[in-house]
Amino acid sequence: MKSPARVLLAGVAVAATIGALAGCSAGEGEENADGKVELRVATFPPGADAAAYEAFATQEKQFEDEHPDIDIIGVEYEWEGPTFAVQLAGGSLPDVFTVPFTDSKTLLENGQLMDVTDEIEELGYTDSFNPIILDGVTDGEGHIFGFPRQAYAMGLHYNRDLFEQAGLDPDSPPTTWEQVREYAKKISDATGKAGYAQMAINNTGGWQLTAQTVARGGRTQVDNADGTAESTIDNDGTRNTLQFLHDLRWEDDSFGSKVDLDWGTINQEFAAGNIGMYTSGSDVYTALVRDFGMSPDQYGLGVVPVEGDDPGTLGGGDIAVISPTVDDDTKAAAVTWIDWYYMQKLLDEDAAVADAKALSDSGQAVGTPVLPVLSRELYEESLTWIEPYINVPRDQMAPFIDSIWDQTPVGEAKKSTQEVYALLDGVVQTVLTDENADIDALLAKAQTDAQALLDQ
Amino acid sequence: MTLPPRAEAASAPVAPARRKPRRSPVTWYRGGGLWNLLFLLPMIFVFFFFSWSPIVQSVIMSLQKTNLIVSEWVGLDNYVTVLSDPELGRAVINTLYFAVLALLFGFPLPLFMAVLMSEVKRGKGVYSALAYLPVVIPPVVAVLLWKFFYSADPAGVFNTALGWVGIPPQPWLSSATQAMPSLVLEATWAAAGGSIIIYLAALLSVPPELYDAAEVDGASIWRKVWHVTIPQLRGILFIMLILQVIATAQVFLEPFLFTGGGPAGATKTVLLYIYDKAFRNSLGGDYGEATAVSVLLAIVLAILSWLYFKLTNRWSTS
Repeated sequence: MKSPARVLLAGVAVAATIGALAGCSAGEGEENADGKVELRVATFPPGADAAAYEAFATQEKQFEDEHPDIDIIGVEYEWEGPTFAVQLAGGSLPDVFTVPFTDSKTLLENGQLMDVTDEIEELGYTDSFNPIILDGVTDGEGHIFGFPRQAYAMGLHYNRDLFEQAGLDPDSPPTTWEQVREYAKKISDATGKAGYAQMAINNTGGWQLTAQTVARGGRTQVDNADGTAESTIDNDGTRNTLQFLHDLRWEDDSFGSKVDLDWGTINQEFAAGNIGMYTSGSDVYTALVRDFGMSPDQYGLGVVPVEGDDPGTLGGGDIAVISPTVDDDTKAAAVTWIDWYYMQKLLDEDAAVADAKALSDSGQAVGTPVLPVLSRELYEESLTWIEPYINVPRDQMAPFIDSIWDQTPVGEAKKSTQEVYALLDGVVQTVLTDENADIDALLAKAQTDAQALLDQ
Repeated sequence: MTLPPRAEAASAPVAPARRKPRRSPVTWYRGGGLWNLLFLLPMIFVFFFFSWSPIVQSVIMSLQKTNLIVSEWVGLDNYVTVLSDPELGRAVINTLYFAVLALLFGFPLPLFMAVLMSEVKRGKGVYSALAYLPVVIPPVVAVLLWKFFYSADPAGVFNTALGWVGIPPQPWLSSATQAMPSLVLEATWAAAGGSIIIYLAALLSVPPELYDAAEVDGASIWRKVWHVTIPQLRGILFIMLILQVIATAQVFLEPFLFTGGGPAGATKTVLLYIYDKAFRNSLGGDYGEATAVSVLLAIVLAILSWLYFKLTNRWSTS
């Protein structure tokens, strides 16, 4: 009956069960064996190349030498709305991570961010931030919930090789939408590639439609001070943008056949040389070269053409934040890390040089055009500090760098941003897949649907 | 000569079966009950944590407005909201459309192939292996491969093939009308192998003398199929049909990977609707509404499954 083997098996079964149960409830050890505070920090998206890891390892070592009581653990991380809430609930978020401006308000309202008002005061940053940007991480009572880390403006990215093949001057990108259309036609006729492409899925369709509405002087939403918002999708800026897409796709046949691109896939297509021009954040150069293997020689960047009354350039960016579930020791370590890793290189010459050197030594992009989260003067001064390490072809980005300061920066809508983007995806897709789409009817319906979302 | 007692007992009328005695804890323990329980423990815990408790939690969640951190009870509000959402109606219609197309393409084809293959005298193994091959390819890989085939470019794989016979390039996945049939085509290709194997096995159980009789009557091969094979496979055909309906009601992978539910919602199925509700659009996710639709879908599938079990029981005993 009780053979040894049977007793052993039963013992193993029970032990396995107990082990599994213990595993379910095991908390994270905040302090490791040496009494150091363990800090799990976001590094870069999964799939980055070995050089990126190398650069991070160098920086990690520098930091740990300066702060021997903190043990940094790099965690691969990519901000994704879908998984964020689940990771937060499941306790698998890094202690320090970054979120886009657009989502910070929602996270703030949901109580999903750590209050860092006192820490920012203590570090003396409160007055140096660009107030428009700081507003995005401040709640109604003036509490601050994160460190704005970098910002971008929308830019027009173009492939210099395809420009040359189409007989266009790669140093002078188009400056009006009419020209964009004309150049796209030339590129597509000469090379058979898509002269111009645009994102259309996973909320990026709505994002780019909004960006180009703003560039044509329209606005898709008015956020009121009392927290309500009004949808204004049915405006001429949006109408002209959709008409522009329709004409390229159906009349000129210069849009190419891919109407299901998002941020990642359009970068991939562009890096592979299949797209002449597209609009996206000015900071994608790093991803194009690091993650998608684009040759730097082919890359060109200009500003998004603006027209109409009160046009602007949609901007965005991200914020370094701390998980709301960490204890005080970890929070203090997290603030130290954010200050060292993200902020000092914007403020302090030695830190900026050390950061640029670590990146350039491992072949990472240094000098990708961004918008300052502090002041323009400080940003331009920091560029002079790191001059010797700049390794991106800034002369090929001159059309953007020289003109971006003349454009008015406009922030993304703050209420239900992603939901409205998702709704607008459908509008963009309809125009790109149905030659006879009724743009006026689409806009009227989208505005009604968006208002319903905003009123929830 | 008298019969031996044993035979006598055998010919005696059968006594009514005695009811089993109620087992006391002591007899349960002596019979090794504790050991059985110990061996079952890991399984019970695995089921509890990974199956039963999530089911109970999702029913609870469907009655709440929650972002997984803060929850408030809203009763049946989530159900009211989703049932009055035209998007859900569209997703149900899309799912039914997928199911109908999958039946039209995918139901007769494996049967036809199986009948053909069963007639083959040599190399049956090779054909079976070839038919089953698509099932072996990981579904995600298969979809990404087909996405490449479906490129709307005139130089795309399928468009090039159409060009040879003089058909102009098709938009495939980027057309609201062609996207769903394109998805079904891939799904059929991916799933047909499994059905073919089952039908082949079922065909072996058809008594050969029925075919012989039909042959004596001078029946052609198609008449044999129609009058002998199909009636004999009636049970398995019906079971496969229900299984397919259950599977198509849960279609997610193809629309998610091929089109993300696009273009403009033309391929958004019920499961994708649930996914989008929970994950796509908001940081807190509308988990309450998403689980409400999940619960409704689970009820529909439970009814179908019950039907399936009833029918399989009836056929297995007849």
